[in-house]
Amino acid sequence: MTAERAGAPGPDGTVTAEERAVGTGTANPGGAPAAAERTAGPPADAASASLLQVADLSVRIAGLHILQGVSFDVASSGVTVLLGRNGVGKSTTLRAILGLTPRNGTATGSVRLGGEEILGRPTHALVKAGLGFVPEDRCVFAGLTVAENLRLAERTDAPDYDLVFSLFPELSKRAKQRAGSLSGGQQQMLSLGRVLLNSNRLLLIDEPTKGLAPKVVTEVAEALERAAQAVPVLLVEQNLAVVRRLAGDAVVIAAGQVAWTGPGEQLLADPALTKSLLAVNAAGGH
Amino acid sequence: MSTIVLMTVTGLGLAALYFLVASGLSLVFGLADVLNFAHGLFLSVGAYATWWAAGNLPGAGSDGWGFVLAVAFGVLAGTVVAALVELVMIRPLYSRTIEQVLVTVGLSLAGVAALQAGFGADPRPFPRPSWTQQVVTIAEARVPLDRLLLIVAALVVLGLLLAFLRWTRYGLIIRAGVENREMVTALGIDVRKAFTLVFAIGGAAAALAGALSGVYFGSVSPTSGASLLIFAFIVVVIGGMGSVSGSAIAAVAVGLLQQFVNYYGTSGAGDICVVALLAVVLLWRPAGLAGKAATA
Ligand SMILES: Nc1ncnc2c1ncn2[C@@H]1O[C@H](COP(=O)(O)OP(=O)(O)O)[C@@H](O)[C@H]1O
Ligand SMILES: [Mg+2]
Repeated sequence: MTAERAGAPGPDGTVTAEERAVGTGTANPGGAPAAAERTAGPPADAASASLLQVADLSVRIAGLHILQGVSFDVASSGVTVLLGRNGVGKSTTLRAILGLTPRNGTATGSVRLGGEEILGRPTHALVKAGLGFVPEDRCVFAGLTVAENLRLAERTDAPDYDLVFSLFPELSKRAKQRAGSLSGGQQQMLSLGRVLLNSNRLLLIDEPTKGLAPKVVTEVAEALERAAQAVPVLLVEQNLAVVRRLAGDAVVIAAGQVAWTGPGEQLLADPALTKSLLAVNAAGGH
Repeated sequence: MSTIVLMTVTGLGLAALYFLVASGLSLVFGLADVLNFAHGLFLSVGAYATWWAAGNLPGAGSDGWGFVLAVAFGVLAGTVVAALVELVMIRPLYSRTIEQVLVTVGLSLAGVAALQAGFGADPRPFPRPSWTQQVVTIAEARVPLDRLLLIVAALVVLGLLLAFLRWTRYGLIIRAGVENREMVTALGIDVRKAFTLVFAIGGAAAALAGALSGVYFGSVSPTSGASLLIFAFIVVVIGGMGSVSGSAIAAVAVGLLQQFVNYYGTSGAGDICVVALLAVVLLWRPAGLAGKAATA
């Protein structure tokens, strides 16, 4: 587990703060074509109603204005992918939707689920109402067993263990093992399994393949693909192969705002656009 | 040899009191991040309510089942007061650490003042069953039964707490919440309900410690809660916040160390050694013996 953690891009705070500074510098040249793209194409799918509407979402944490009026819609089926460079505010967006903005921060604007305003409602109530959350870095309870982690997450009288164990057979084999002693990939499966036990209206999933071995990435992507057939997903994902496989719509955040929205295919088909909006590694400049 | 046995049993008796106070304190801090300086008040409420019930409650008394009833009344009083303190005074102040500390410190001072106003500042003789003052011979040592009563009571509470944490839904929520409270809410669980429960459980254990310390010391006074609380805090820090079994181990270490050093060294040296033990553990394992992860 520690080995895989070490492979991940370091502690968010420092790295992302730097990336953000880099990001604002390059966002303006990249911003022009993005804006053009947005106005040129018609709204992605005006016909099928969206499930979640985020409008003018602003988040300030400890004096930093991290999100500056983010607006996008999440379709009522399939996977909507949220993209952007490291530290641009993708996790902050998911957490704000769920009422998990830290106490030294504020979230303003509007988030509507099925037409109903949910911004500011307590997290536990939102999750009970059907927003399933899989956080960045998994957040399994290390001291609890796999079975206990799953039992804790049960929200219905009829949790769907059949589905979870068919997606991740490993979890049923390791039911009595402490979650802290699982590998990173197994922890990710547990974190997804906790949510998939219940029926949800929308899943919010934050970088489920981060720091995982290629083989495990494929396994997780397959599971996500299957899960997404039954429930809409708002997915934060940096691995473009996974994005290509799953994405319906794509939303790209840059410099605290939405820089591009449209079909995921279209974004990935344009290397120059992808590079200007997402080139996380290229921007590192080693 | 007989002295060592007697010292050991006495030290373990003291450890039992520390554990009863510390286990609740530890769970409250581990789960809710509340440093509860009013925890000693729950002990005093338990002691005085038991004392009052033994003299006034119909059916209660200072011996046999009457005494059991008196203690049950004391524990109930401590539980109710603890739950009320959480609901009325702590709940509005979650995440405001400084205010919380001020409120609990203020509450403990006010509680001592209220007990003094109600029952006087002097120690009151505590009604204790006569059998607790008898002795049994263990390995040639004449051991008073009250110490064994403390040890048995603490072991029963330890067993009940561990079973509760291990086998119940709320126990699961508490163990998970000690590890990562935010993630518990992100699974759709209103973790604040567990806060009240943990306060109530801690209040019950502390109130039982109050009644038993009355039996052990033979009297109750308004300030007895505060002095036990200091050592209970040390036990919590040594054992690891949120860990019941860590509290049990640390309580035994502190109780025995204090007893032996105070007997063989100069009186008071034991207390200094306890503080030294605290420093050593914190340097060696900053999160305490059990760390923050393991609650059970
Ligand atoms: N609790 C916090 N306190 C201070 N800054 C934060 C906090 N959470 C996030 N940030 C900052 O907000 C920015 C966005 O972070 P994040 O949403 O995690 O980015 P992403 O998920 O897109 O990589 C970063 O600059 C990060 O340092
Ligand atoms: Mg993130």
